[in-house]
Amino acid sequence: MNVRKLSLEDEIFMFINNSFLVVFFLMVFYPILYIVSASLSSTDAVMSGEVWLIPVRPTLKGYAAVFRNNSILIGYGNSLYYTVFGTILNLFMTIIAAYPLSRKDFKARNVIMFLFTFTMMFSGGLIPSFLLIKNLNILNTRWAMIIPVAMRVWNVIVTRTYYQSTISNELLEAAQLDGCNDLKFMWYVVIPLSKAISAVMVMFYAVGHWNSFFNALIYLNEKKLYPLQIILRDILIMNSIDTDMLMDPDAQSEMLGLRELLKYALIIVASMPVLCLYPFVQKHFVKGIMIGAIKG
Amino acid sequence: MVMGRNIEAIKRNVYRDIKKNYQLYLIVLLPLIYIIVFKYYPMYGAQIAFKDFVATKGIIGSQWVGLDNFRRFFKSYQIWTLFKNTLSISVYQLIAGFPFPIILALALNNAQNLRFKKLVQTTTYIPHFISTVVIVGIIMQFLNPRFGLINSIIEYFGGEPVNFMGSPQYFKTIYVLSGIWQNAGWGTVIYLSALSSIDPELHAAAIVDGASIFKRVIHIDLPGILPTVVILLIMNAGSIMNVGFEKILLMQNPLNLRTSEVISTYVYKVGLASPMGNYSYSTAIGLFNSVVNFILLVIVNQIAKRVGETSLW
Repeated sequence: MNVRKLSLEDEIFMFINNSFLVVFFLMVFYPILYIVSASLSSTDAVMSGEVWLIPVRPTLKGYAAVFRNNSILIGYGNSLYYTVFGTILNLFMTIIAAYPLSRKDFKARNVIMFLFTFTMMFSGGLIPSFLLIKNLNILNTRWAMIIPVAMRVWNVIVTRTYYQSTISNELLEAAQLDGCNDLKFMWYVVIPLSKAISAVMVMFYAVGHWNSFFNALIYLNEKKLYPLQIILRDILIMNSIDTDMLMDPDAQSEMLGLRELLKYALIIVASMPVLCLYPFVQKHFVKGIMIGAIKG
Repeated sequence: MVMGRNIEAIKRNVYRDIKKNYQLYLIVLLPLIYIIVFKYYPMYGAQIAFKDFVATKGIIGSQWVGLDNFRRFFKSYQIWTLFKNTLSISVYQLIAGFPFPIILALALNNAQNLRFKKLVQTTTYIPHFISTVVIVGIIMQFLNPRFGLINSIIEYFGGEPVNFMGSPQYFKTIYVLSGIWQNAGWGTVIYLSALSSIDPELHAAAIVDGASIFKRVIHIDLPGILPTVVILLIMNAGSIMNVGFEKILLMQNPLNLRTSEVISTYVYKVGLASPMGNYSYSTAIGLFNSVVNFILLVIVNQIAKRVGETSLW
């Protein structure tokens, strides 16, 4: 790029352009900053609306209340469980679905591809799926959070596209000449050569599991199995907090305030795992979207 | 005769392929079973829409009632409200939300300061990764009539606090604006990648001809991303009957139900949320919705094919 002096028209345009970006940036950034500040402020500051920009009379009371709450901790543990085991299964299923479908010499590929993509456009619906889970006898078990979402067709297509563009035919032919069969080729060549797409998939699926809410709502009805998102709904949206969770006797008088403070702290704590991984997640997600954008 | 020979030939071909590629068939078997059991079996189960489903009799054994469930839905007094809400929320979202990432991507693409660009991108992507439950929680905190941020601002300027979540007239706007807040930043990713593949020669030539930045945006950048825009518009238009079910369900309360009840939340409530869930009736409404959706997707894709030579398949 050669640096030129901008004309007046371009100056004005760039001013409008950048102002628009700044305004949108502030619109997204300010609520996030506000939540962080509110979660660290004192209860009366939150209640009286004194918090505008930075924490007012900083305390960690909100966070303390979060970590003293049993159902939040159980939910946190459950969500970790579903995320870790769910994602392992997802990765396995996605790879073994994507690899055969990436092979141009695989005759059944078009039929299977059609069967897969059709499910993205049409589904049996809520009740038939629910009845299936019920008939499989996995209602209200940990399986119900993992098996029904074992694989996403969209992710299979993205992975398949990646394989098609990175694993060359020559590589396969050379391996076959050396007596390598398809299973071995997938295990020893394809998977090690495509760690990037596997990372993308792990991110996609893990964030999906961590944030998923509706399956737990319909498939689970025991508190000890609830993932964090259900607990979050009870506290943030239904506004129901067990009074025993506010065990601190001094807190009784300012219970209402602590409840609001806890909500802000909870928003931060619940989003922490994803946001900690965020720089990593962001990079891989962008990559995943790019691959998905190349029509396979 | 000819048909018979063809089928024989196909059979022989398939048999030969299975013999040659049996390992590939083996590898794909588990995903295939998964798809058949968890995606196709429910489609088969959707036949209870035409039956009077009784759990003890099962899907097959329940009595056939034909189109009774559909008739009941079309005669019910809620149907027009459901349609109106579903369509108006998604059209509102499409009109207000769809152009936003495009404008944002074009603006980001023009930004010359790379650190500034990166900062805007990184920040505006964040909300996309926050769960729906937390987003709705944030909305409710901010709009809280007693100590929410928005009402604090209103009171600061001397206004009266408003119970936003309890007022049906605000529901759609809250839904759409919070959606833009959450997803507009992330929505730019795909457009930015399309913009980066535009040939820089085009811009160089236009600069020589004395074209302003604005003119280049209109005549080079915009046409360059048009195929992407069309594809995304197809996908959005095709799912117009599928509004963000989870978020709407979470945002609903008895006070705003008049404008917030949509087809998918109604399906859930009729079927699973009430103690005497009517499975067949709920499935019929859901099936009707899926079919309409599918037809829409096909029609929109046909239109796109004719107009822009781009399509989903």
